[in-house]
Amino acid sequence: MAVVCVRGPLRKLAGGRAEHEVEGETVLRLLRALELAHPDLGGWILDERRRIRRHINVFVNGERGDEATAVRSGDRVEVLPAITGG
Amino acid sequence: MTELLVGTKKGLFVLEGELGSGFEIKVRSFAGQPVDFATRDPRSGRLLVTVTSPFYGPKIFYTDGDPAAEWEQADGVALPEGGDAALERIWVIAHGESEDTVYAGGDPGVLFESHDGGATWEINAGLWEQPSRPHWQPGGGGLCLHSICTWPGDPDRLAVAVSAAGMWLTEDGGLTWRRGNEGLNPAYLPEEAHKDENAGRCVHHVERAPRQPERMFMQFHGGVYRSDDAGESWIDIGGAGLPSDFGFPLMIDPADPDSAYLIPLVADMDRVTPDGRVRVYETRDAGAKWTARGDGLPAEHAYLTILRQAFSRTGEGSRLELYFGATSGDLFGSGDAGSTWSTVATRLPPVFSVVSV
Repeated sequence: MAVVCVRGPLRKLAGGRAEHEVEGETVLRLLRALELAHPDLGGWILDERRRIRRHINVFVNGERGDEATAVRSGDRVEVLPAITGG
Repeated sequence: MTELLVGTKKGLFVLEGELGSGFEIKVRSFAGQPVDFATRDPRSGRLLVTVTSPFYGPKIFYTDGDPAAEWEQADGVALPEGGDAALERIWVIAHGESEDTVYAGGDPGVLFESHDGGATWEINAGLWEQPSRPHWQPGGGGLCLHSICTWPGDPDRLAVAVSAAGMWLTEDGGLTWRRGNEGLNPAYLPEEAHKDENAGRCVHHVERAPRQPERMFMQFHGGVYRSDDAGESWIDIGGAGLPSDFGFPLMIDPADPDSAYLIPLVADMDRVTPDGRVRVYETRDAGAKWTARGDGLPAEHAYLTILRQAFSRTGEGSRLELYFGATSGDLFGSGDAGSTWSTVATRLPPVFSVVSV
């Protein structure tokens, strides 16, 4: 299992916990599994196309990843809002 | 007492007060987030708000209680899963004629409907599955469905406008739709393209006269129009008295089917109030002539931009109140149907929408 870390409003939607052990071979599968476990997260990280929203960044063990990035057991996946605004 | 729901780039502001004695900011919710539109359902008292987080995408929230407290997220505000499009923004919410029915319009040219007052939503399949949809062209604000005109007393009749896919009409509750663009002149297109019904019809805002529902008014992308046949065809009324036929906001006096109000901007390449003056233009003869109404509004060095949802009304006839907000953060109001105006608020974040209740 990998550990997915969420913060801010995502943490609240994910049952109030920041860290979640989730099964999945890619970032997309992990995030889908996380949504399944916490339906209130639906639409917040992934859009309807099953793409990571444009201003959300995902890091796998500290390296920027995308939907297809492979994930192994024990990896740490951080879901962060991008540094953006106006 | 009038309530103003002001959607801004940095949150929802709820103001209460009266013209003459002043308005007070009672609540700021969704701090820091773009609030595109907010409205209160007059039947239930429920507040509904559309928020487009730059991070987490567009959502609808609602509350039956204190807007300063927790809001509930509405379910079902999404496009079909696994497709090649994502919902970009919800532009407007309108109350339907059936009990508990609410509509929401968004980008990409999508209509949602709710039959429980806005808690759960579903996409209107008839419009979503229009065969011509792959040919629809977005305007500068995306492919936004921004105007939803119900028909008083008949829940089956509805008109919606999409920039730049034009007018769409239904008479069977949204099962089937047809275009309503006859007479519109997209002067921004080559003459040869005018026959192509898929070429962009950039409608900016549409309102229906509730006492005479066949009567509608439209602000077009370069043109002002009136329909006397429920949106089937349109007559150019963008002439006498207007400084420009470009703009976005449009409002009507429900008591007078011959009335409409516009806030023109210079042109598509210069979207500010003409001549550095803020003026609302009124017609009381269905567009034969327009009269400037600027008493009390900034009269010099005022280059404001008023967005399409930032003009609202409450009441009617001699008790018609009008309100509008600008991206400058200024908010203005009139308690005498536009004859005189006063400043309601200043230094708000850029105003996206105003709804007066």
